[in-house]
Amino acid sequence: MLSKLFFGYFAVVLVTLSIVIITRKNPVHSVLWMLVMFFHIAGLYLFLNAEFLAAVQLILYAGAILVLFLFVIMMLNIKEEVTAKRFIGCWPAGAALGVLFVVMVASTLPVFQQGPPGPFSIEAIKSATHAKALGTLLYAEYLFPFEIASLILLIAIVGAVVLAKKGSNE
Amino acid sequence: MIPEFIYTIIVILLKIAVVVGVTMLHVAYATYFERKVIGHMQVRLGPMRVGPHGLLQPIADGIKLFFKEDIIPAEADKTVFKIAPIVPVFAALSALAVIPFFEGFVIADINIGLLFILAMSSLGAYGIVMAGWSSNSKYSFLGGLRSSAQVISYEVAIGLSLVGVMILSGSLNLTEIVKAQQQFRHGMFLFPQFVAYFVFMVAAFAETNRAPFDLPEAESELVAGYFAEYSGMRFALFFAAEYIGMIIMSSIAVLCFWGGWTLPPALLDAAPALAVVPGIVWFLLKVYIHIFLFYWVRASLPRYRYDRLMSLGWKVLIPLALANIVVTSLVKFFL
Repeated sequence: MLSKLFFGYFAVVLVTLSIVIITRKNPVHSVLWMLVMFFHIAGLYLFLNAEFLAAVQLILYAGAILVLFLFVIMMLNIKEEVTAKRFIGCWPAGAALGVLFVVMVASTLPVFQQGPPGPFSIEAIKSATHAKALGTLLYAEYLFPFEIASLILLIAIVGAVVLAKKGSNE
Repeated sequence: MIPEFIYTIIVILLKIAVVVGVTMLHVAYATYFERKVIGHMQVRLGPMRVGPHGLLQPIADGIKLFFKEDIIPAEADKTVFKIAPIVPVFAALSALAVIPFFEGFVIADINIGLLFILAMSSLGAYGIVMAGWSSNSKYSFLGGLRSSAQVISYEVAIGLSLVGVMILSGSLNLTEIVKAQQQFRHGMFLFPQFVAYFVFMVAAFAETNRAPFDLPEAESELVAGYFAEYSGMRFALFFAAEYIGMIIMSSIAVLCFWGGWTLPPALLDAAPALAVVPGIVWFLLKVYIHIFLFYWVRASLPRYRYDRLMSLGWKVLIPLALANIVVTSLVKFFL
């Protein structure tokens, strides 16, 4: 009962905050509301016993990426942004597509079947600690996809450096 | 079941009250200690007027700040302006929850203690950015921009410098990290991890916006940086957050590199009588040494230039920390 109450709280707040974020006139306020949303996502992870993910969510998304967002947005001319229209003309079409997607997902829900439980039950994760369980799995069983992901990130870094260098030569 | 549950909550609340109370007292007297230390280093006496040797000065300052008029600029974004000082204090005080002060005394003994502290210290930057932006003033804005860039850069160095400690101890739990250091005769990660300790301390100075890296508030060019428009209690909150941040950084340094509340086994063998002294004494003593280091550096070194600060962070500290991780992993793997 209590766990359902918690999940209900997080679900309602997350959806509400998402709508709040896209409807703010001031982009800085949007980013600050997004910070509140990231906290709730971290709370949701904690509630699923994924403490490592919760911490990383806060360190990376709230602590680094969102600060960079804020950094860029603060450079904008806010006075112009506030008077600009928040949505472009064809937003009802986008909203209709969104509703269609929700209906599609909802219609497939009745045939949803839970998969067989894996070796990582809540008790197993609690005894091994979440960080250790995740690390062993990532570096042993899923090493190849993990390396691919890090290579993609490396390419992004190299690309950013190349773009920055190009600008400074001219 | 239910009485036990309530009992646990009451114990936790009491612990929180003790920790917050003691920390705030430390914050008040850290300002006094700072003024005295810097005063004596500059051949002055420091505060002398209020009480014997100026001992009541922090209380007088507190009362003054509390009753000062709270001024909000007319063009400011009022909501953000009001929330901004609360964020860093909240983040800094939350980080205290996972710090073990002595054997068995920690509010929340969580497995990811170290990551939690990193997460909370990264949130402190929001207060600065929000304050800088919402004040609607050039000086505040520049201070906010500088600070956010600085904090993001040095967070990377802090995180990487602690990885060596995590590898050696095999845990993210701060109590486990302290216990892992007892395997050495010298009882500290300071010696095998001296590179990491150096990187951590330099980055900690930058992360807490302390001299010689106090560019966000560089008074000679930016008035007071991000809190130029703040007055009274809101200003005091920023001030408190900076000092709590210093205490937390010192505590992490003590827990991760200086063996926390424990003494080196070699020293205990030589002088068994020292085992009678409670652990909190050693912990506080080590923290005070670090806080003194903050003041000592402030009194000795001039302020860094901003581009030098950035290149120091990205081109010296981060490569050093990465090299330390590689060497530590190799040693751990082959030995």
